[in-house]
Amino acid sequence: MLWLVVAYLGSLGVLFASAFWTTDSFTGAVVHSYSFDNLREVYTQSLYRTVAVRTISVALLVTVLDALIAFPMAFYMSKVARRGIRQLLVVAVLTPLWASYLVKAYAWRSLLAPHGPLSWVAGGYTPGYGLAATVITLTYLWLPYMVIPIYAGFERLPKSLLEASSDLGASPYRTIRSVVLPMVFPAIAAGSIFTFSLTLGDYIAVGIVGGKTQMLANVIYGQLVTANNQPLAAALATIPLIAIVLYLLLMRRTGALENV
Amino acid sequence: MELPSGLRWTLRVLAWVGLAFLYVPLLLVLLNAFNKSRTFGFPPTGLTLEWWRAAWNSEGARSALGTSIRAAIGATAIALVLGTMAAFAVQRYHFFGRSTISLLVILPIALPGIVTGIALNAAFRTVLDPLGIGFGLTTVIIGHATFCIVLVFNNVQARLRRMSGSLEEASADLGATGWQTFRMVTLPNLRSALFAGALLAFGLSFDEIVVTTFTSSPDVQTLPIWIFGNLFRPNQAPVVNVVAAVLIIAAVLPVWLALRLAGDDAASSRL
Repeated sequence: MLWLVVAYLGSLGVLFASAFWTTDSFTGAVVHSYSFDNLREVYTQSLYRTVAVRTISVALLVTVLDALIAFPMAFYMSKVARRGIRQLLVVAVLTPLWASYLVKAYAWRSLLAPHGPLSWVAGGYTPGYGLAATVITLTYLWLPYMVIPIYAGFERLPKSLLEASSDLGASPYRTIRSVVLPMVFPAIAAGSIFTFSLTLGDYIAVGIVGGKTQMLANVIYGQLVTANNQPLAAALATIPLIAIVLYLLLMRRTGALENV
Repeated sequence: MELPSGLRWTLRVLAWVGLAFLYVPLLLVLLNAFNKSRTFGFPPTGLTLEWWRAAWNSEGARSALGTSIRAAIGATAIALVLGTMAAFAVQRYHFFGRSTISLLVILPIALPGIVTGIALNAAFRTVLDPLGIGFGLTTVIIGHATFCIVLVFNNVQARLRRMSGSLEEASADLGATGWQTFRMVTLPNLRSALFAGALLAFGLSFDEIVVTTFTSSPDVQTLPIWIFGNLFRPNQAPVVNVVAAVLIIAAVLPVWLALRLAGDDAASSRL
């Protein structure tokens, strides 16, 4: 059996080696002469910088919004709801995860449509397709990825700690800040890996609800498919790659990787 | 002692608001599938089943569904075999680079699909093309398998960590061969973890669009690719609506299966 394991690890190694080769030094792979021109272009041009800053800001914003929505949900599921309701809620959070990604993005497209349900409810107002719609849709799409790890984190937090805290005279706010948050934080960090990296790489939902909004992955896709400039696309792809590796390293320090 | 009731009520309200946020868009898609008008006009002018017949007869949707199922089964099968073996390797044996594997193995999930897609696209072009394997269903399956392996790996590894090796040692002491031990002791213990991993892998592959875009040929269309291609065509909108509604209803199935066959454990298994 061991030889199969080795074969698998070998192929994994080849795959990653080729992945890094193509994304990192692909600059020279097409013309077969190594140069840093593409990388220099990517990291100095203001257009790409604007898009990169926008993408990373959106990713952080989506992560924060998801954490804010998911935290009370997970708290309620784990510590307040009765057993039957708790199981129902777990299923209810998991089910949308299985519904197709495209269908969910599409649902928001129709929700936000000029004469769609939202404008009907809000009396003609809708944020329209753009940056706001992108943030809302991405927050929606990745919410379960945040709820589930935080819920698991709450399950590891003994209820007696909350009781002890309030017995010692702490207000609910104080209990959440000084007892709950520090203990659940690794779980939030674990969830944030999903929301952050999924947002960084998304271009399809952005294309569906984003209107003219461009995110990094849209630009990469455009360079690759429309402009057919594969080296530049690969050079651009180093931005999310670096961002995510940095983010993973940062999160590893919180102990998040054991919670993924 | 209970939590203070003010806190409990706040949490309860916030939780249900969050849940409503999750479900309102899905219900809207379901409603839209019965919408009489071709556009997104709201509220619907009337209800009809006409589009369901149209979707049933849609050749494109049907063949795309078939492709999706084939790709998902292929990727899941590969992931089950390789993911399980990788989990065994990491958990049971010590070897060089063992500790980096747990970080390495989550990369396909943590990295944006478009990065994985480009990397695979280039890799296939340099490695598989000379071997005569062109872009098509095979490359889609291999592409999907790379991230499906992670799901199986995570589930199996979590189970192995909880399982002690003493059961297997006992089996070996009682004279069982390695294969017998694996078949009669290890595998039954792993069953629900394998099932959960396979279910997740199947679901993820079935839903995957980005990696598929970069590893497929134009004539091999999975269901998400088909939906995406028809999303912006106004006269296909009703059929897309119905397919979307079916996919939402179908989403209940894996969760139900997981609960039923493997207990609570599988449904809340590791992403």
